[in-house]
Amino acid sequence: MKISQLNDLYRQLIIDHAQHPHHHGQLPQADQSVNLNNPTCGDVIDLQVVFKDQQIKEIAFSGDGCSISQASASMMCDLVNGQTISQAKQEIAVFLEMLMNNPDEPSDILGDAAVLAAVVKFPARIKCATLAWKALEQAITQEEQHAGN
Amino acid sequence: MVKDIATARNDFPLLKTQMNQESLTYLDNAATTQKPQAVIERLVDYYQTENVNVQRGVYALAQATTAKYEQVRQQVADFLHAQADEIIFTRGTTTSLNWVAQSFAPTVIQPGDEILITIMEHHSNLVPWQIVAKKLGAHLRYVELNDQAELDLAQLQANLNQRTKIVALTQVSNVLGTINPIKQITAWAHQVGAYVVVDGAQAAGHMPVDVQALDCDFYAFSGHKVYGPTGIGVLYGKAALLQQMPPVEYGGEMINRVTRQSTDFKAAPAKFEAGTMPIAQVIGLGAALDYLTSLGWSQIEAQEQHLVQLAGSQLQAIPGITLYGPPLSKPHAPVLSFNLTGVHPHDLATVLDSQGVAVRAGHHCAQPLMAALQVSATARASFAFYNNDQDVQRLITAVKLAKEFFQA
Ligand SMILES: Cc1ncc(COP(=O)(O)O)c(C=O)c1O
Repeated sequence: MKISQLNDLYRQLIIDHAQHPHHHGQLPQADQSVNLNNPTCGDVIDLQVVFKDQQIKEIAFSGDGCSISQASASMMCDLVNGQTISQAKQEIAVFLEMLMNNPDEPSDILGDAAVLAAVVKFPARIKCATLAWKALEQAITQEEQHAGN
Repeated sequence: MVKDIATARNDFPLLKTQMNQESLTYLDNAATTQKPQAVIERLVDYYQTENVNVQRGVYALAQATTAKYEQVRQQVADFLHAQADEIIFTRGTTTSLNWVAQSFAPTVIQPGDEILITIMEHHSNLVPWQIVAKKLGAHLRYVELNDQAELDLAQLQANLNQRTKIVALTQVSNVLGTINPIKQITAWAHQVGAYVVVDGAQAAGHMPVDVQALDCDFYAFSGHKVYGPTGIGVLYGKAALLQQMPPVEYGGEMINRVTRQSTDFKAAPAKFEAGTMPIAQVIGLGAALDYLTSLGWSQIEAQEQHLVQLAGSQLQAIPGITLYGPPLSKPHAPVLSFNLTGVHPHDLATVLDSQGVAVRAGHHCAQPLMAALQVSATARASFAFYNNDQDVQRLITAVKLAKEFFQA
């Protein structure tokens, strides 16, 4: 494989997010916390979310993983911070669809995370890219169940 | 006649395939080994001319295939220096170890007893003991590493006492490449009356194994890591212990006589082989052991030692590389785990993948060991005798490329 193809995966934007992740840390006042791992490779994410009025008020992640999983988490937090739950749910659906089924899925609502479409060409890395998004999906489910009770 | 190892690579068709438009350098032999043409052809032959069920047909073909199946049992016994009735066919190392934990352990463990394992165990020689310890009210103890990534033998000895009933450990670490002194450990364990269970998954196929010399009580290995098919493994147990150990599964062919309310089982090994066994895989395993014999241990060990020394010293020379395992001057199986500072092992493995170099990145089914090493994952290159200097060169070049690529 040519180096140029590797460059498609490791765009500067991805490297920047991985090296200097946004929303990295802990939220002691979080309403929902989710710990997910990728059992094949050991990547771990701790995602914490503060919800208010159907909105993601604050979000942060910590954990350990490769540059793809770290960049993906950072981009996702940038995107959903301050959004409504329903917006976030739609974006999660679009992101997962883009990576798992259809790389041509219109991804303009995904912000920086749209560049992660390149991961589709590296099937071994798809789970790295989706980890944070699955964690957010779970945090929202927990919050909705909590609110429903 | 002994076959020349320099040409052995040509016997493995998969090594000629490409990966990411590059020729393949396969360095994930600790996960599974490739199969020589002789094994592949033996499987085809079996299905074309010998496929019948064993142990039950009265016709000539069934008799002939049953005889071949039993010949492989004898062959495995010879391979391990055991008796044929001490060899049970299983699905693999994992199944073999689970059976000892689930079926043998309860015959010797009382509440408050101890099971001693090591921090370098693969999950398949760790989780079954956790479960059985909980179930039987036993304590699970660990032997740690010394500063050379070897077992701390003084600590091992200090942990042995009258309550220790089982010592379960790997002969070769699938992460560190450490080779444990099984014979010595068995002697110590037997002094306190403990039984020794050896995980041979990374040893069999890379070094001669003599269960009599080791004096271990159980020994497990997998066909697919000794150049044979998947779906077949071996459990060796001392004859008297296999008699004492109850069957794990019940069904056809493992019984002498069944009445409405009770059943009389056959003797070992038959009592452990319920139902239709993976016959083709047993036959294929026989072909793999024949193939290993045609090369001979001295050539296999010499080539693998050459590769681990060459790759290990060249990796070490790259600034930022950390090797996890015993120093290269110490006994070292052909497994090298490493990290490159500033580059996550997955990212490293992706660059290697792009260059056609297949290595593993992750926790290698040894999470407690990763925690003890204070890493979340490592990259791992593992060698077989069919690898060559060019494979090592391609590994080193790709690691340097990754270093440059990530400016690490
Ligand atoms: C040391 C060790 N033990 C056990 C196993 C499990 O072998 P299998 O998956 O063939 O059952 C492996 C395989 O990775 C191993 O390396």
